[in-house]
Amino acid sequence: MNFKIQFMKYRKIAGIASILLFSISILSLTFRGLVLGLDFSGGTSVHITYESPVELESLRNILTDNGYEDSQVVNFGSNLDVLIKVDDVDGDSSIGLSVFNLLNENGFIGQLKSYGYVGPQVGSELRDQGGLGMLVALFMILMYVAFRFQYKFALGAVTALGHDVVIILGLFSIFAWDFDLTVLAALLAVIGYSLNDTIVVSDRIRENFRTQREMEPMNMIDLSLNQTLGRTLVTSLTTLLVLFALFIFGGEMIKGFSLALILGVLVGTYSSIYVVANMLMSLTLIQEDLAVPEPEGAEFDELP
Amino acid sequence: MNKFSITQYLLILFVLILGFTYALPNLYPTQPSIQVAYTDSGKSADQILLNELQDILDNNEINPQEIFLRDNKIVIKFDSLDDQLDSKTVLQNKLLDKVIIALNLEPSTPDWLKEIGGQPVKLGLDLSGGVHFLLEVDIETAQQGRLELLLDSYRKTFKEERIEFLNSSIDDLKLVFEFKTRDSYNKALSRYSLDSPGLSGLQYIITERPATNTLFLEYSDVALREIRDYAVGQNLITLRNRVNELGVSEPIVQREGASRIVVQLPGVQDPTAAKKIIGKTANLEFRLEANSRTSPLRKEEFPFKENEFMTASLEKAVVVSGDRVTNASTGFDESGFAQVNITLDMQGGRAMQKATSGNIGRKLAVLFVEQKSKSELVIDENGETVIEQSTYIEKNIISLATIQAVLGTSFRITGVGTPQEASELALLLRAGALAAPMKFEEERTIGPSLGQENIDKGMKSIMIGLALVVIFMTFYYRVFGIAANISLLINLVLITGIMSLLGATLTLPGIAGIVLTVGMAVDANVLIFARIREELKDKDPQTAIRDGFSRAFITIFDANVTTLIAALILYVIGTGPVKGFAITLSIGIVTSMFTAIMCTRAMVNLIYGNKNIKELKI
Repeated sequence: MNFKIQFMKYRKIAGIASILLFSISILSLTFRGLVLGLDFSGGTSVHITYESPVELESLRNILTDNGYEDSQVVNFGSNLDVLIKVDDVDGDSSIGLSVFNLLNENGFIGQLKSYGYVGPQVGSELRDQGGLGMLVALFMILMYVAFRFQYKFALGAVTALGHDVVIILGLFSIFAWDFDLTVLAALLAVIGYSLNDTIVVSDRIRENFRTQREMEPMNMIDLSLNQTLGRTLVTSLTTLLVLFALFIFGGEMIKGFSLALILGVLVGTYSSIYVVANMLMSLTLIQEDLAVPEPEGAEFDELP
Repeated sequence: MNKFSITQYLLILFVLILGFTYALPNLYPTQPSIQVAYTDSGKSADQILLNELQDILDNNEINPQEIFLRDNKIVIKFDSLDDQLDSKTVLQNKLLDKVIIALNLEPSTPDWLKEIGGQPVKLGLDLSGGVHFLLEVDIETAQQGRLELLLDSYRKTFKEERIEFLNSSIDDLKLVFEFKTRDSYNKALSRYSLDSPGLSGLQYIITERPATNTLFLEYSDVALREIRDYAVGQNLITLRNRVNELGVSEPIVQREGASRIVVQLPGVQDPTAAKKIIGKTANLEFRLEANSRTSPLRKEEFPFKENEFMTASLEKAVVVSGDRVTNASTGFDESGFAQVNITLDMQGGRAMQKATSGNIGRKLAVLFVEQKSKSELVIDENGETVIEQSTYIEKNIISLATIQAVLGTSFRITGVGTPQEASELALLLRAGALAAPMKFEEERTIGPSLGQENIDKGMKSIMIGLALVVIFMTFYYRVFGIAANISLLINLVLITGIMSLLGATLTLPGIAGIVLTVGMAVDANVLIFARIREELKDKDPQTAIRDGFSRAFITIFDANVTTLIAALILYVIGTGPVKGFAITLSIGIVTSMFTAIMCTRAMVNLIYGNKNIKELKI
């Protein structure tokens, strides 16, 4: 495949779009926040499966009548499966089972599929750890890219990663999807994936800067993006293929996880094209930045 | 050109054989089996028990497929589920509560594989079904308990050494002594400094307030760490014993972080019963033996633990319960006989003092209280035979000894027999005690049907994802695509092999990690192939292949290292299922680099290596 797309022609539009999306995400995260899953929020969730569909309203009524005002009752995957969440203020690990027994006693006889209780302390610790882990990951990757490439690339890479992570978080916030530990895991995987893309593009830009010395930076970046576009599209496609398989067939428990990854691949592919290149353009990457080849790069110098 | 040396081929072959061999145990089906262990956690199963079980099964004409000793359990494998259930019933009926019998599915890994460490991949709770608890050990209470003991002992010491104090108390986890004179204050200060050095460093932090003649003493970080480690370690032992009583085949009880304990019980469906046994307290009772003056209404008969035909009658009132025991150890008395040293906390010590002061010469009994579960086969409303578990309480006397003096927080039991018997008694005494109370911080139950569903769904996703990628690669890159596909399959086998070899646990997010690897693993090959296509524009095919591979390598390496960084961080911060994702992702990254670069190259070399090719279709 030979692409000749003038990516950089649209870099302003892409830049504006990115900034817009980023800002909306930040706004939503600030004002709406995330719907935290059980892992982070603490509390109780009970997953019950029934032989025939049940009226959620009657379940709600039974719960409200028995002092569980703060409970949510929703279908989970199918109309036979019901997920009940109880906000648990005083950290009692047996509320969920009481709820299950209560419903059984009231004639809603079902099978307990899964049951989870997370104490408030564990939840808050995990929130801190998760946030910290994310920052540590970003920082270590920044260091690695700075060490392997050059700080302008590192800034580009980390901006791209921050961009991807914030926009995915923003989407989870806007659509009020459950943010649990598996989604956090997906987000970290997205960091890895998106970086993968970014590095491939950066690598090519670096190579072209060294070999095609007479070109303008803008054309050079365009050339690099076009050269890697085939690979970027194929990899994104194969990854999306398996992720859709996971999203459709993997079941409710990892829906959020696959969703976050699908979004991550889409946003990550976009950001490796536009965000990184845009950053490099804004930081005015010049020949001199790469003039002294690193030892690792030496063997790749073009044969005459 | 484009040939691998024989060593390179051998290396690839070696890795492949290794991977395939260790992945192999996963292909063997599981077999119904039972695990038999002595109810008494101090006793290990032995050849005698094995023979006894064998005889009972023979008498009932049940032919086990295999019967052997493993760790401290006896494992019996059967050909059918019926045999498994029947034998559980006959064995339990015959041996009653002498043994705990757990139903299990044993892997049928052949012996030669087992000998080289081959085993199937372990399944996480989200795939096997079961109960998970996370318990927090309350260290502050343990610390408070220690301080109370310390307070008591310093009051005694100061009295003996004529160090006069006005007030003594514990305030905000600090020991506070207010002394009468500056002289006493100084003496106490030097006493503290004398006591403070421990094996691992200073134990006390002393704050001086000479203006009011007051000394504050608190535990140093070193001492606190020791208290915490002791409390958590002790609770771990106690929990292991309790979990043992549940008769679960592969339970996990381990420390997590500084002060938490994880308990995982695969296959357990009723968290309530499990919680009752894990969360129970006080399974020791100190009681006075009834004498002629005890009213019949206020006494009870109990059997001895070693000999159930011997009984003793005890008072109903409990002097001290097991949660007051802070330590029990063995030692030797003046004449060299074994003894058991017992330490109670302050409250226990006070109660013991009160009960023993008027009763020197009478006997004091230690009752071992066990909450036991028994399982029976019952027919449920659908006419199916199911195993029903119920719990009951059993109390046995483990020691009955004459009170020689008024007892306080620390005392000893002498005349306990051999050192071996003494240490068993100490173990029982400790087993009853939790060094610090615990709280359920997290609880999860996954029903067995959900576990199986998760496995099925995960497998389906892998299969469909794999099929889609394989079809795409074949059409897009043809011969090279097929080489990449073979590498992809090898990659899956290697991931399985390494997971099995490491004994890593597979979870649902772990399966998702494998699915993701399938999608991303071809990336390395895509990079290489794209590069070869480019190189072909101005190079001959052989050079293009060579340069394509070598130029793509650094890119692939950089890209993978960064993903690996993310995966490792995930492993550190993640818990349970998410750790499983980090594991499969990390392993997948490493194996995919090997297969995409080495295996694909080997195949390409074998196909095109020695030929003079004019045109390369890629």
